[in-house]
Amino acid sequence: MNEPLLEVQDLQVRIGRGPRAVRAVDGVSFVLHRGETFALLGESGCGKSMTALSIMRLLPRPAGRIVGGSVRLDGQDLLDLPERDMRQVRGGRIAMIFQEPMTSLNPVLTVGQQIAEVLALHKGLRGRAAESRVRELLDAVGIPDSARRMKEYPHQLSGGMKQRVMIAMALAGEPELLIADEPTTALDVTIQAQVLELLQSLQARYHMALLLITHDLGVVAGMADRLAVMYAGQLVEQATRADFFREPLHPYGRKLFEALPEMDKRGRPLTVIPGTVPPLDRPFTGCPFAPRCDYRMARCEAEPPPLHRIDGREVRCHLYGGEVHVPPAPERTAPDRPRARRRSDARSPETPLLEVRGLKVHFPIRRGLLRRTVGHVHAVDGVDLRIGQGQTLALVGESGCGKTTAGKAILQLLRPTAGSVRFDGTELTRLRGEALRRRRREFQIIFQDPYSSMNPRMMIRDIVEEGMRAQGIGRTARERHARARDLLLRVGLREEHLDRYPHEFSGGQRQRICIARALAVEPRLIVCDEPTSALDVSVQAQILNLLSELQRDFGLAYLFITHNLSVVGYLADRVAVMYLGRLVEEGPVAGVLEAPLHPYTEALISAVPRIDPEQRREIIRLEGDLPSPTRPPSGCHFHPRCPKAQPICARSYPEQRELRPGHWVKCHVAG
Amino acid sequence: MPLSVFIVVLWMLAGLLAPLLPLHPEAIHLDRILAPPWVAGGLGYDDLGRPLLDRLLMGTATSFHVAALTVSISAATGLLLGSLGGYLGGRFDAVLVRLIDVFLAFPGILLAIALAATLGPGIDNVVLALSVVGWVGFARLARAQALSVREREHVLAARALGTHGPWLLFRHVIPLVLTPVLVEATFGVASVIIAEAGLSFLGLGVQPPAASWGSMIREGTRYLLVAPHLVLVPGLALFLVVLAVNLAGDWLRDRLDVRLREPRP
Repeated sequence: MNEPLLEVQDLQVRIGRGPRAVRAVDGVSFVLHRGETFALLGESGCGKSMTALSIMRLLPRPAGRIVGGSVRLDGQDLLDLPERDMRQVRGGRIAMIFQEPMTSLNPVLTVGQQIAEVLALHKGLRGRAAESRVRELLDAVGIPDSARRMKEYPHQLSGGMKQRVMIAMALAGEPELLIADEPTTALDVTIQAQVLELLQSLQARYHMALLLITHDLGVVAGMADRLAVMYAGQLVEQATRADFFREPLHPYGRKLFEALPEMDKRGRPLTVIPGTVPPLDRPFTGCPFAPRCDYRMARCEAEPPPLHRIDGREVRCHLYGGEVHVPPAPERTAPDRPRARRRSDARSPETPLLEVRGLKVHFPIRRGLLRRTVGHVHAVDGVDLRIGQGQTLALVGESGCGKTTAGKAILQLLRPTAGSVRFDGTELTRLRGEALRRRRREFQIIFQDPYSSMNPRMMIRDIVEEGMRAQGIGRTARERHARARDLLLRVGLREEHLDRYPHEFSGGQRQRICIARALAVEPRLIVCDEPTSALDVSVQAQILNLLSELQRDFGLAYLFITHNLSVVGYLADRVAVMYLGRLVEEGPVAGVLEAPLHPYTEALISAVPRIDPEQRREIIRLEGDLPSPTRPPSGCHFHPRCPKAQPICARSYPEQRELRPGHWVKCHVAG
Repeated sequence: MPLSVFIVVLWMLAGLLAPLLPLHPEAIHLDRILAPPWVAGGLGYDDLGRPLLDRLLMGTATSFHVAALTVSISAATGLLLGSLGGYLGGRFDAVLVRLIDVFLAFPGILLAIALAATLGPGIDNVVLALSVVGWVGFARLARAQALSVREREHVLAARALGTHGPWLLFRHVIPLVLTPVLVEATFGVASVIIAEAGLSFLGLGVQPPAASWGSMIREGTRYLLVAPHLVLVPGLALFLVVLAVNLAGDWLRDRLDVRLREPRP
């Protein structure tokens, strides 16, 4: 084997000073060879980004410090380099791309200028030479019409394009090592597929080493040669991709797999990882995972497990101490309680709880001194939906397709431009003032961001009781207090949490409080707007379990707005796929996910990264981005990106056709 | 409690109690004209031989009266109107924005001079004139805050729960707008004291021989080279109070922010 390109040894990073300093990275060692992809996998706060930043020596100052270990690039210890020389390494030999392409580019410089800056710094290229190199780079990352694009500013590009520009900037210094910190987390699945494919092809072309930092098992499965699982600042397991995905050794890795929502786990609760990540501000006396581990032994709490080497894999767990033995097969901690099937999936219900017809929300675009309307954004442009009592309908689509707007318009938080919303026989669009306010208790909403969805100045008690007070539930304060306490217990929190403020809770706990707040008014329908996409996999499992339990117990109906298709498969009864303000396909969940009719649905499903690395399926690549909802394309909105487009698609919008019972599509080609 | 809060409390006490103390701010000692403190004792004497200590304390009452009233009136008005405009939007907001623009188009102090001149001299008219000018800044700040708070999801969630409009405004919008307004108010105290000095100098504020810090500074500038203590005494007092009010404002903001409290286990 050749010499490793990067060798990280016993890296120690502390945030803050004194005895309470946080041990963000605690003895991390790994090597990375040229042309290899190494993935650091872990949940938020596990120290994976801190590891990457320490390699670049870009830790947040003055709080973050590297207190031990070495980072060798080609034998040269980067931690010993003077800052001057380190600047040559950054962007030259090691380049980095970040999660947020929106904030990683300078908004007042053109894309070309920003790439040229790197060229001038690291390659000494200026003027014409630099310009032609910029165009080469933009071509290499697949940006069409590079001569024009290089003169544009970041705001003129879509998210996927910006991430491509970031990659082009990273490539400009011809790095030997590329660090990608959650490069696709902020992107939609179809765009994510494009960017991952691009990274792979560029890596092969330039023979770069790629350090991929991610929380997404699917991305790892598709990209990595080797990987390491990180937990509480330590690497708990290191293995090749094939080995890891065949059977993870560390109990934490196993739990991560079991917590993933998938279609075949329907009807039973997901495995959750109990407890939370331990505080990192003191040294561990035992294994940091021990309190949450199913295989816990007396030893685990007493002494930190050493790194055991088994068949070229490394694992930090006492299970593998002493003679090497095959650990017990993972047993399921959550009992296989079959969820009572509430209904037959495929049939749409006779009397729907919610019936939406021809829902339209158009936002006027105003320009000029007199604020005249010069056009409309067709955010929602004719949507029909039906949800039965106790049913879950998933509304799926990429960002900007109008799914959140549709959700708000259904709840009358935003008045629709046209169309009808019938809730249990009442036309909501005609209700005004007090009548509407009274009805609001029957339909609630849970938001994506559990941070901004609670008033930071209100105590949990007041947050949960707010709806009761507004709707006059509970005659006395004592009655309301009792009810708030019961609700908090019901969503898995404790009574003493009532007198705390939102900032004292973690993301998952906050989402539970939001659920309790919605439940307080005894709704029949809850619109869940991406309720788990801001959460880690293990926490997501807890929330999904809670939602499906509550549905069973209270007969709630959910409109589940999401872009995450695996959640859809786990939770939904029916799926509606939305593209540019309109539904293009709707049907029972099994039908839509396993045999999609619309080419867009097909592409969406194929683009989801799979965690089964053996099963390499063909990804249907969608060219380009979501078109502007101001001027949708003629005919079928999807035809400019559709791999199956026919001449008729550009001329007329397809009619709705029911190709299977309860499963319809709007497409000229399907069927 | 930090030193700054102590100084602010002292200032308030002096402002409230000065009229009750046996002071002689208008007693003239012809033998001590312009005498500095180290010669004549106390804080020295002014150009008419009046004791600066007595005048300073009486001036404190004036300054405190004007500053406290003006800042509370303009901050409350600005907070309410600005939050309402930012939260409601629409026609109310459009009118409010135009109104703010009109007020900002005039130099504030000129408008106050014009008003005070129309209303006639006197401390209460100074308060009125300065409040009419002062609420605009608070309103603009509160409106900008309310615009961003309005978009937060807890406001939407409260609407979805069927919460009444006034409750939304007073529970979800104003508490989040309050913090920056409060900090701005502490800066407002300083500028009001100085503005009052300006109006008094023009003869629109306190009428001689009554004292205010501003009028003392203005009068003292004429003797700056021969008797610097005439300016230094009220100047230092002003400096201390303004600094203390600002620091106390910071302290108050931290105290009010539940997020900065020690998290419980």
